[in-house]
Amino acid sequence: MSLQHAEKEVNQEVEDLKIVNKETLTQKSFKSNTLDFLIEKMFFVFGSIAIFVLLLILFFLIREGSGAIREVGIMEFLTGTRWYPSSPQGAGYGALPFILGSLMVTTGALVIAIPWGIFTAIFIAEIAPRRVREILKPAVEVLAIFPSVVLGFIALVILSPIVANVFGLSNGLTALTASVILSVMALPTIISISEDSIKSVPKDYREAAYALGATRWETIKTITVPAAKSGIVAGVMLGFGRAVGETMTVLMAAGNAINMPITEFLGVTLPNFLTSVRTLTANIAIEGSDVPWGSLHYSSLFVIALILFVITFIVNLIADLLISRQRRKLTNE
Amino acid sequence: MSKQLEQKLWFTICGAFAFFTIVALGLLLFSIIREGAHVISWSFITQPPQRNMTEGGVWPALVGTFYVASLTIIISVPVGIGAAIYLNEYATQGPLVRVIRMSIRNLAGVPSIVYGLFGLAIFASFLKIGVGLITAAITLAIMVLPWVITASEEALKSVPTSFREGGLALGATKWQTIRQLVLPSAIPGMATGSILGLARAAGETAPIILTGAAYFSRNLPTSLTDNFMALPYHLYILATQHAQASAVRPIAYGTALVLIMLVILLNMFAILLRNYYRKKNEVL
Amino acid sequence: MSAIQTVVKEKQKLSLDKDVQEESIISAKGLNLWYGNDQALKNINLEIPEKQVTAIIGPSGCGKSTFLKTVNRMVELVPIVKINGNIDYHGVNIFDSKVNLVELRSSVGMVFQKPNPFPKSIFDNIAFGPRVHGIKKKAELTKIVEKSLRASGLWDEVKDRLGESALGLSGGQQQRLCIARCLAVEPEVILMDEPTSALDPKSTLKVEELIQELKEKYSIIIVTHNMQQAARISDKTAFFLNGEVVEFDNTDKIFSNPTDKRTEDYITGRFG
Repeated sequence: MSLQHAEKEVNQEVEDLKIVNKETLTQKSFKSNTLDFLIEKMFFVFGSIAIFVLLLILFFLIREGSGAIREVGIMEFLTGTRWYPSSPQGAGYGALPFILGSLMVTTGALVIAIPWGIFTAIFIAEIAPRRVREILKPAVEVLAIFPSVVLGFIALVILSPIVANVFGLSNGLTALTASVILSVMALPTIISISEDSIKSVPKDYREAAYALGATRWETIKTITVPAAKSGIVAGVMLGFGRAVGETMTVLMAAGNAINMPITEFLGVTLPNFLTSVRTLTANIAIEGSDVPWGSLHYSSLFVIALILFVITFIVNLIADLLISRQRRKLTNE
Repeated sequence: MSKQLEQKLWFTICGAFAFFTIVALGLLLFSIIREGAHVISWSFITQPPQRNMTEGGVWPALVGTFYVASLTIIISVPVGIGAAIYLNEYATQGPLVRVIRMSIRNLAGVPSIVYGLFGLAIFASFLKIGVGLITAAITLAIMVLPWVITASEEALKSVPTSFREGGLALGATKWQTIRQLVLPSAIPGMATGSILGLARAAGETAPIILTGAAYFSRNLPTSLTDNFMALPYHLYILATQHAQASAVRPIAYGTALVLIMLVILLNMFAILLRNYYRKKNEVL
Repeated sequence: MSAIQTVVKEKQKLSLDKDVQEESIISAKGLNLWYGNDQALKNINLEIPEKQVTAIIGPSGCGKSTFLKTVNRMVELVPIVKINGNIDYHGVNIFDSKVNLVELRSSVGMVFQKPNPFPKSIFDNIAFGPRVHGIKKKAELTKIVEKSLRASGLWDEVKDRLGESALGLSGGQQQRLCIARCLAVEPEVILMDEPTSALDPKSTLKVEELIQELKEKYSIIIVTHNMQQAARISDKTAFFLNGEVVEFDNTDKIFSNPTDKRTEDYITGRFG
């Protein structure tokens, strides 16, 4: 009885508070609608900030670099071999030594990191027992967060004496030293993207192969890895992007001498990995902090940054296309 | 060669490469700990460098890194979360969103030194702020933005659609639904992403070389435009720019160890936080 | 005689005295809906009666859930949806640009297929709706929470643990909580999208009893793939097939003497 009474009372009181008024159905609540509209617009501004920042970077690189491009010409930057930006007479703005230095160090790093990364990724994704995987994955994550300056330091104090000893050099800071330490830098990117890609291959593919009597390795070799190919290549591209843009490790490991890192061997021009090189990134780091703002030298550093920007932009774009292609391929089938 | 033998061979090769990965990590950590562990002490952490950096500790560099990394996160996290909310909650698939996503991935690939030069050009020179703490922090904030956006978006994606449907079906506006139902569930994931961003900002060197890191500074920075010492830059200086390279080597090892520990601890904290909330959500 | 027909006979006996008075609250007129290029609803015309239970049945993919989500315009969360035609509610076409979605969804509540309590306390789950509509006072909220929980028959089970997480409730309790949450914003119409499909038989029975009680005050549209359920609890039944309404009539009529051959085939289990 009392319960019913209580219920009735509650009902009555709530009736009085009735929230929805039928007449308001078409009556826009001005306050909440305007607020929601403004909030959506605000988030749109946040959302498009990435485009804005990317364009802003490009704009400033071009704005600051245009002086040097006009005065010196882009071909001098791309093909010139002399870099004497602040020399009063006979100034040179040839960035070719840096371009070659970057390409050599990066290529060297990839030659090491590609097999290392891909085989490790296959091992983690397909072969390793769970326990081993649980050790490997955090190890790769820790490698990925290693500050580059620490890797550079290790290259300087431990790796370079070894290189000097092995090859009988007076100075172990060479393109080779930089390549080795840079491969450690690119490794986590290659491993994690390749591993994701291998894992995204549907189980049925594998089961179908096992059902046909293929061994696990045959399945990996003929089914899984080919299906994951685009993703693996994308991982390599991103690793390349990471390596070519890396500053501190190469700055500390490569010796930074400005010279053409080439040698003649039996009449053929070959890259010389046992000589000191300076990369595009290292040159900006070395000269950028004390160059007079607005000078031609300052402007020429932005041209170098622009070259770097274009290289990494293209590499990332290709990686992007490859990853989305793989996703489409695997979801369509 | 029999199938089994071939498989065994290749599995061994893959395992060997994976083993190298562990060995490489082990060697890196071992060499730093072996030389650095005995350098680290309470006074090493709390003392400034003394006698032209051949003695003393890393206190100002540690504080500088803390300042610049915190500022970086304070700037980048709100913007990154805002962008993630737009992308995951408001935006509809279309060319604009594709271009935004492409821009984010490309920003993640821009070399850090290019960010440094950009920060120098726009903040220090064009906006006349000069080099210092705030210029370095904004530059780093722009650099970590793609990661913060991606991590925040992952966090938003993990919130079940049924919360959003439930909220909207009760007549809540979109913003009420996001603020009261979606964000509370996404915050742990966003916090994890922010701490990872903090760790990255703390370990970064190249951009701050150009935007305000100091070779040596007697005092801690007191204003946003002051120069500052930072652990990674300090290590670079000790390793390559110091006249008495061998005399400062132990201190360099110690600095490297402090930096590594800082970055690893921050990451471990982020991962523990993520696991804690993941477990908590499973229980509920 | 099939089980369904037995149920229908039982119900006819019970409701003989009740003269069903027809007053429609929602009427769809020439409603068409496309997902991209696929037409999901084709020229739907339906008069949903007030304070009755209308069941929508049909094989999966027939558009029954789509229709339900169109009534409170939740379907528009899918970005590629195109709609033409009308759904009139209180004489207003809900697709009219003047219509306030917040108001529409407050008066047309929805219960989902899977219980979707928010990760909040039981109290905060129920109070969520009133709060977003501007009720701040604790005393008022407490009253609304109690009333809603009583109305959904959950009060006695949870009154001592209103502060605990709603995620700790059983599946059936969660679904009744979601119904209570929906009642708390005082809707007129409640849309239910297969509300018992994720529940065990006992919880299902409880929810069905609840639906019977609720129709005293609310107009209910329920989508179900369980024909016995439709027969047990609804007054009217619409049979959807391939996006069209094949037949719409009193539930008794649909299950005992359908006009269309396809309806008969479906309810007798010849396809589905």
